[in-house]
Amino acid sequence: MSPEPRQILAPDGTRHGESSLEIPAIRRLYQAMLSARVFDRKASAMQRQGRLATYSPFEGQEACQIGSAAALSPQDWVVGSYRDGGAMWLHGYTWRNLLLGRTGDERGGRTPDGVRVLPPSITVGGHMIHAVGLGWGERLQGSDGVALTLFGDGATSEGDFHEAMNFAAVFETPTVFFCQNNGWAISMPTERQTRSETIAHKAVAYGMEGVRVDGNDLLAVYEAATAAVAKARRGDGPTLIEAITFRVGPHTTADDPGRYRSEGIVAEWRERDPLERVRRYLVAQDAWDEAWQREIEEAESRAIEDIVADAEALPAFTPREIFDGMYAEPTAQLREQRAEAERG
Amino acid sequence: MAELNIAQALNAALSSALEDDRVVLLGEDVGTTGGVFRVTDGLLQKYGPDRVIDTPVAESGIVGAAFGMAVGGMRPIAEMQFMGFSYPAFDQIINHVARIRNRSQGRFTAPLVIRIPYGAGIGAAEHHSESAEAIYVQAPGVKVVVPATPYDAKGMLLAALDDPDPVIFLEPIRLYRSIKQEVPDEAYRVPLGVAAHLRQGRDVSLIGYGSMMREVNAAADILAAEGVSVDVIDLRSLVPFDAEMVIDSAQRTGRVVVVQEAPRSAGFAAEVVAQVQEKALYSLNAPVERVTGYDIVVPLRRAEKHFVPSVARVVAAARRTLEP
Repeated sequence: MSPEPRQILAPDGTRHGESSLEIPAIRRLYQAMLSARVFDRKASAMQRQGRLATYSPFEGQEACQIGSAAALSPQDWVVGSYRDGGAMWLHGYTWRNLLLGRTGDERGGRTPDGVRVLPPSITVGGHMIHAVGLGWGERLQGSDGVALTLFGDGATSEGDFHEAMNFAAVFETPTVFFCQNNGWAISMPTERQTRSETIAHKAVAYGMEGVRVDGNDLLAVYEAATAAVAKARRGDGPTLIEAITFRVGPHTTADDPGRYRSEGIVAEWRERDPLERVRRYLVAQDAWDEAWQREIEEAESRAIEDIVADAEALPAFTPREIFDGMYAEPTAQLREQRAEAERG
Repeated sequence: MAELNIAQALNAALSSALEDDRVVLLGEDVGTTGGVFRVTDGLLQKYGPDRVIDTPVAESGIVGAAFGMAVGGMRPIAEMQFMGFSYPAFDQIINHVARIRNRSQGRFTAPLVIRIPYGAGIGAAEHHSESAEAIYVQAPGVKVVVPATPYDAKGMLLAALDDPDPVIFLEPIRLYRSIKQEVPDEAYRVPLGVAAHLRQGRDVSLIGYGSMMREVNAAADILAAEGVSVDVIDLRSLVPFDAEMVIDSAQRTGRVVVVQEAPRSAGFAAEVVAQVQEKALYSLNAPVERVTGYDIVVPLRRAEKHFVPSVARVVAAARRTLEP
């Protein structure tokens, strides 16, 4: 395995490898990355205005999230964590889901009907094995559906990463493990998570293919994810993709990254911005103009304002409704406690 | 009809359940070996390795994978080999299995059954004798049930599998082979959340569940022989808890003994006592008694007998409530 991450688009936007994506498709994915960035920045801003609870921004990881989810079909599953809104959104979870959840409202977790995205996992590491079970279940039910799970470098230190990787390999489940190695698990750098030369190397021990890509390169991420999804769909088992990227923002809006990393490193990574790279490529292909960009930004920004206003107008759960999610039918104990809550 | 013990009745239930293609069994040694208690004996041969799945030794993985299958439309039955080995899976159970319905507001559910053999009394090694049902009762979103007879074992397992919510299904190890009963050949359901009223009596209520029902029934025989009219309830289900039957019994007898194998503090018996105190206090003629294990690590084989509540302790507790 080469420790050198695969790259198709260089940071200056020059292409030095084959891509299966034509210009119109790249424009669509660029538009999706841009929408995701507008959403992400808007959400952080709204948190500062006190309109959202804690938010965990994914800025800098848009190529990972859009590039990986773009490789899926509707029958496939996305199982992500709290920083994976971009991938979840592209697969059908809505900005409304994400924003409503961030206002502190359980209704945000209700995935639209027909959409195969689990609500985000807030604990680190527990969700990867769900993608093993989901993919496995697809196969047992005679479908060729695949499950993609997204997680960070920190999650690979959790015991459940091991159990998930091992189960997937042993049972050859159609699962794609997509690690966004963004350099930091809150304050801990990747070198404090593992002594493994790379995270992709860990795949070797499980008898699984490990792939390393430049996570800020949309085209490289898309090719790696497409190959892994196709392999899983054919019944040839799971893949671990390690995408090298960087969390430009804080862990969450409650975090102060100045306590553990320098501005210099952030500036260095901004030079490798995943959107700017594609934009430069599209400019060179005469497939980008500023009016188009502004139109997307403005439309997305307005849409998000509207969603938050709607979410804020939604009446909060009543004392009765907070009991409704526990069981299909409330137990006698819950009926009694619900009556007590309603009395106040 | 066949005369079956609990292990055989569970085997019959699983075999019947596997007729549904959505049902799979996952666990350590459930296939080739047929389970360490032989509860899954013969099922691999009958249904094949895609349905009866020997997994790596990884409890969190078993429950987590079963969770994914259940969310995706399957009906998995996960086996924890012993209750002491279920703790590595607790994160999956409390953080995901119990919560996905609420987290997704009903869009996704995890209707899986987690079978857990539990309890002491067979002289096993450390971690093999736990009775930790209360920690699962403290995980809102799962149901917790515990049959004590072959008939209930089969009927409740099939009911658990039909249930739209995840069910922790506790199997009393000590009783696996100690009781035989006529069990119908066909599939039938014993509803979850309904206690069994085993004896009607006027003087004292004995309330127990699972592994303690043998001692509870034996104590009731002794008391009855002394002329005491004993009311006996097997709770069968801790979540949902059939408090109504317990309260009704307490109101009729005015004397209550609650029996559990688990350590005493904050155990399920404490919940039963609290409910009786809240709803039947003015019917009581004596303080409610608890007969439980102690707040200690279950002793190993040679001293185990000092931990598991004995028939004598149950009888003594009942007599205390009857003292004038």
